[in-house]
Order: sequence, then structure tokens, then C-alpha cells
Amino acid sequence: MKDWPETFDIAIVGGGNAALCAAITAAEAGATVLILEAAPLPYRGGNSRHTRNFRCMHRGPLSVLIDSYEEEEYFHDLMLVTKGKTDEGLARMVIRASEACLPWMEAHGVRFQPSLSGTLSLGRTNAFFLGGGKALVNAYFNTATDLGVKVAYEAEVRHVHREADRITHLEVTVAGQPVTVRAKAFVLASGGFQADLDWLARAWGPSARNFLIRGTPYNRGVVLRDMLDQGAESVGDPTQCHAVAIDGRAPKFDGGIVTRLDCVPFSIVVNRDGERFHDEGEDVWPKRYAIWGRLVAAQPDQVGFSIIDSKAIDLFMPSVFPPIKADTIEGLASLMGLDPATLRRTVDGFNAACQPGTFHPTELDGLRTKGLNIPKTNWARPIDTAPFYGYQLRPGVTFTYLGLKVDDRARVHGTDGPIQNLWAAGEIMAGSILGQGYLAGFGMTIGTVFGRIAGKEAAAHVA
Amino acid sequence: MSLDHTAEARRQIEICNACRYCEGYCAVFPAMTREKAFSDGDLTHLANLCHNCRGCYYACQYTEPHEFALNLPAALAEVRVESWERLIRPQSFARLFQRHGVAMTGLLVAMLAAFFWLLAALKPTSGEGFYAYLAHGTMVTIFVPAFVLPLALIAAALRRYWVEVDGGRVTWAHLRRALQDAAQLRNLSGGQGQGCNFEEGDRYSDRRRMAHHLMMYGFLLCFASTSSGTIMHYAFGWEAPYPLLSVPKLLGVPGGLMMVVGTVYLVWLKLKADPALGAPRVWGGEMAFVLLLGAVAATGLLLYAATGTGLQAPLLAIHLATVMTLFLLMPFSKMVHGFFRLAALVVEAKKSQKAPQGEMA
Repeated sequence: MKDWPETFDIAIVGGGNAALCAAITAAEAGATVLILEAAPLPYRGGNSRHTRNFRCMHRGPLSVLIDSYEEEEYFHDLMLVTKGKTDEGLARMVIRASEACLPWMEAHGVRFQPSLSGTLSLGRTNAFFLGGGKALVNAYFNTATDLGVKVAYEAEVRHVHREADRITHLEVTVAGQPVTVRAKAFVLASGGFQADLDWLARAWGPSARNFLIRGTPYNRGVVLRDMLDQGAESVGDPTQCHAVAIDGRAPKFDGGIVTRLDCVPFSIVVNRDGERFHDEGEDVWPKRYAIWGRLVAAQPDQVGFSIIDSKAIDLFMPSVFPPIKADTIEGLASLMGLDPATLRRTVDGFNAACQPGTFHPTELDGLRTKGLNIPKTNWARPIDTAPFYGYQLRPGVTFTYLGLKVDDRARVHGTDGPIQNLWAAGEIMAGSILGQGYLAGFGMTIGTVFGRIAGKEAAAHVA
Repeated sequence: MSLDHTAEARRQIEICNACRYCEGYCAVFPAMTREKAFSDGDLTHLANLCHNCRGCYYACQYTEPHEFALNLPAALAEVRVESWERLIRPQSFARLFQRHGVAMTGLLVAMLAAFFWLLAALKPTSGEGFYAYLAHGTMVTIFVPAFVLPLALIAAALRRYWVEVDGGRVTWAHLRRALQDAAQLRNLSGGQGQGCNFEEGDRYSDRRRMAHHLMMYGFLLCFASTSSGTIMHYAFGWEAPYPLLSVPKLLGVPGGLMMVVGTVYLVWLKLKADPALGAPRVWGGEMAFVLLLGAVAATGLLLYAATGTGLQAPLLAIHLATVMTLFLLMPFSKMVHGFFRLAALVVEAKKSQKAPQGEMA
């Protein structure tokens, strides 16, 4: 195996937000840095290229953020989604550090803008990237390159070689050729394992093969697996992944934001057998879309069908694929591969249970069904006005929870304490803080805070 | 209307409309969010509103090799050029000169021959300055129709455009807003003044806006110079040649210099930029148009510099030939972008005003 021609102070595994924050921080501290990005250039940036905002604590108006969003409220929001599955110390550290991150991001090329249309409720808590996550990734790559950071694309790290409490080198395949990369310090920022369907199937069961992966196909968890095999401490439930209900016609990988469907609260959702299985009107969609990933995953063939009528078609963000459309419920059922008589019966039963009242699409309107085993508790209006529309739903995996356990200095621990020259940042360690659920923009916060810590610590180590 | 380009732009716009990450770059994306389905007229409007800053391309998660294969700047450039080729009559002229720099060069050569012949055949017996070579009355007889008729063709095309995009009635406020946007090239600002992604890939740069400003304001100064000369001639009986410290020269000399610098700047930028993010089939025509503007300005300046020398006559023929080519090609060259873009900005000022953007569920 050939050695990489240059020797660097720090080798960083991964090319997303956390990796770039680490690289920039380390390079500014004077270290020489190599980024090993598994993807080819057009797909660089991991899942960061699909993101669009950053959740940020602030005690007063800050850049595009209005009012204030203080530590206690932020932590409370995190506790709500994780149901307490978080390391409070690390979580509070990330939250507090987020405030200084925003100006740092701006100083390193990231541009923010006011909230996007359709997301105004996040204007206080989340700062949106102008152009989205890929624009952020581009800005960071440019900043890193200007600082002398070298980037290798199509560089898949196969093995992290450990001797006692130190990492000596990485075994890497660069554009198909095996190469040994030696460095004095290493940062792992290579993401989760959600793109490895075999791993997902082992963890979740064979039905996971029907899941769609919303993000990059390059997060296969090779480095994570390798570290776990070498006794690195882990955190997060290995059987769990975060999934949302998305358009069933989305690409297998990398469908990203556009595959989102917001029609569920204004619809009834049936399974393959034409039966409803959950209250579609439980809460506003941003608070519920995550649970629908699991709900659909639990149905036969991991598929659901959201049915609306023409009264509802303009109430939600446009979908990337046009809905299936028919003049009758039976016609719609045939087009979607459902039994027409069963769907008719389900729709009739639902329509009969709807009550008079005032419909308010933007708030919990309490317009609920009466007498159904599975009620719809808000926005329950009869589906009776042709044309009728249908969307197929499938679970779309966003990320996995299993990761490396780190301390507040981003160090990775083996069975007998921290590894001396190894740090982790981003999705690969996010389970240390986010044990369950998800909070919009929090992944980027964890990546930025821990990327900067890892870069600083690694640079101090080699100085 | 080409089904291919329109259908492709519609496919891409529908993906963009489900994403909206690029909302902050320019007016195209907020305009898009008003619709759920896009008529051909909507696409014509969005295409003419797009200034080809390319910010959205480099920020896009769905560019090739992704299967969605988005390249919105190129898709809109194709629809935009096609809208000019369709709306301007005769369409065959528009197709010929929009696409082929060689055709423009051919016309220029013909004009050079024509003016050298004219200067030889119609040399007046008296007259001062360049009127010694071609009488004022002759120039007016030739250039007034060559200026007015192309403008009439453009006006007719804009009428068709207005119907197609459902422009409706506009107010002074809409016009003022559009002129402000055009004067600042707000849609080339990248949304925050950082500029385009034109000549340096995914790095922002404001150079294209600067180069365009030089060209546009230089052109307007030259146009004002000619207009002031006309006014001085007819209203005050003060005939050319004008001294350096006169209104036509004070406007025209800096204007001409700005156009020459702008030409070099724009050519350099265009050579560095990725042609695949525009409409590649009209690259040659666009380049020839920029060079033509440069030639008009450069020959005008040289003509002034050559006053009183033996070069005045041939330079006059050359300069008049370039001006004539520019006039005749106004409807059929990239020159029309200015008219259509301004129209699109007016329409957008109107449409954006009455469509408040509420939060969608």
C-alpha cells in the first residue's frame, strides 16, 4: 500500500459541516490539514448539503434572528423531542456555544437570510442559510482551500489503525487506489450509517429495505463500524433511525427536501389494505411528520396513501411529483393500486363521522370526527369534492442515532479512556446529545460546535 | 413555442418550487412561490426575470449527476432566448442573429461596404467636421428610419409579450420599482450584494454587475450625447462638430470609454464563465453583440481623436457602419434583453405587490 505523498498534522475523515468547521479551525491555528471526502466533488458535503438552517441560542436580536431564544427555552425544546434522552451537560454546552457560532459562520463565508416562505414559525429560533446547505458547504470549502487545507475526493476511509491509545494512520481508498494516510491527529466526521441498507435491515428488520434514504448515499458508517469493532465507546440506540413520511416516488437516495409532503393533516391516510391506521389531525404537521415515518414503516409493505379532495389541494406546499388525480374515489383507488370498494367504504365511513364546524387550516381547529375507532381530531372535513388526489407515502430515513460517545472536548473513548489523538464531530457523535427525536436545525448546531472543538483540540495536540 | 425547452423548464421549476432554498438570491424564486402550476406565460415571465446570476445552480442539491438534473439558469436561458425568437418578427431574422455571430459580422461587412460607397458617392460640396464627408440631411434620412423601424418591431413584440405573461395595467409605482431594480441590477446582487456566481464557479463576485454597469451606463451616456447633439442642432442651431467642453462630448467621451472598458470586461468574464449554465446555442451571437457595442464605442472615440486628419473619412464610414448594424439588429440581437428584462421587472413589480406570501401549512 502506497503512502499519501504529503504528511499532514491532521487528517479529517468526512467533508460535511462538522469536518469543514474542524478543518478551518485547525488550519487557522496553524495546522496542516487534509480532508478525506468519500464522495466525488459534485456530491461533497454529506448530509449538510441537504440542510438549510442552524438552531441558535441568542439573548437578543442576532443577525437574521429576531427577539431572543435563551438557553432554558432551547433546552426545554430539546427535552420535549428527546423525551429526556440527552446528556444534559453536553446539550447545554452545545446550546451555549451556538450563540458564538453564528458570527463565526458569517466570518467564514456563510450567508444567512430571513426565514423561507413556509417556515416563518422558525424565524426566531433558526437562522437559514442563503441558498441552503450546499451554499454553506461551498463557502466552507472555499474558506478551507484559501487557508491551505487540502481536499481528497472519492477518498473512502476503510480502517482507522489504532495502537494502544493512539491512532497511527488511516487505510484509505482514493479513487479506487489503496493509500495509507499518516497524520499526528485525526478527526472523524464521517456521518451515520443510514445509507447502508444491510446495516439498517439488521437493526430494524428486512422491511428497512423498503425505506428511502433522504440524504447522501455516502454515509455508510464504515468508519463508525470500524471504531465500534475496535472497542470505541458508543452511544444511541443501535436499532433506531429517524424517519419521516415522504413521497413514495422519491429517489432511493438523496431526494432531500423536495420529497417532503405536507398533505397529511388535510387528508385521510390508508394502508395497502385501504384502512386508516392513525389520527391524521393529531397536531400541526411540523410536530407530527416525524412520527409518520414510523407509522408508515409499521404498515404492510411500508407504504401509506394520503387521500384528499379538491378543497385541500392548495393548503400545503407544492409537491415535487404531481399527485395522482381522479374524478371518483374508486378511480383514484384503481390508479393507486388500492381496492376501490374498500377505499370507498373507508372514505364513506370517515365522511359520515365528520361534524359541522369551522375549518382553520393554520391552527388546531378541533374539527373532529365522531364515532370512529381511529378518530381524526382536527381538520376533519368530508372528502367529497372531485377531483380527488392521492399521494403515496414511504418512510424516508434522515439519520441514525448510534454513534461514538464523546466527552466535552470531542474526544473518542476506548474501553480504557480517551484515545489521545482522535476526535469526533457531527452526525457520527450526535447520538451523544440527541438520543431520540429531532429538533430542526440542531444537527447543524452539533456539527458546528463539535467541529470547532475537534479542530481546536486537534490543532493544540499537534502544535 | 418549443415543447422541449418549455417542458424542461416547467419540470425544473416544479422541483424548485417544492424546495425554495434559493428564495434569497433573486426575484425569480419569490415569483415562483405564487404559483402551483406554471402556464407557458408564467415560464416566459420567470425566464425574462432571470438575470442568469447562477447563484441557484451552485447552491442546488439536485444538479447533475443527481437524477433530477437541475440546471435552472440554463433552462431559463433557453426559454428566454426562445421567447425573443418567437415574439420578435420576422422570427427568422431573430433566430439567425441571436445565434450566429458570423451573421452579425456579415451584416457589418455589408454595412462597411455600403458606407464607404456612400461616402464616395454622396460626398457633399460643403460642410464642416464629418458633415464634410456626409451631409447632415443624408445622415438623418438614413438613420432615422433605421432607428425607428427596429424600435417599432420591438414595441410590437413587447405587446405580444405583455399578453403572453398577462401583464395587465401598470402604474408609475411599478415602473419606478422596475427602473430602480434595473438601475442597480438588483437581481445580479446575489440578494445581499455579494454578486453572482459567474466567472469563478461557486465563489461570489460582483464583477459581472460592475462590467454590465459600465456597459449600460456608458451606452446611456452615449445615447444622451447623441440626443443632446440632436437637440442642439434643431433647437439651438448649433451644429457639430462640438468642442470637448460641450454637452455632447462631455457625455459621449466618458460614455464611449466606459463602453470600451465594459466590453473588455464582459468578454473576459464570458470567456471564463461556464457556457453550459447559459444557452450555449446563442453564445456566439451574444459574444458578437458585446463586441459590436465595443466597436461602436471604440470607432466613435477614434473618429473623434482623428478629427482633422486623413483618417477621418474612413473612420467615419467604419463608425457609421457599426452604428447602423447595431440599430438594425436591435430587435434581433441580445440588445432586446434590455427591453424584455425591463418589461419583466415591471410585470414582477405588479404581480409581487398583490400576492402577499403567507405561511403555508
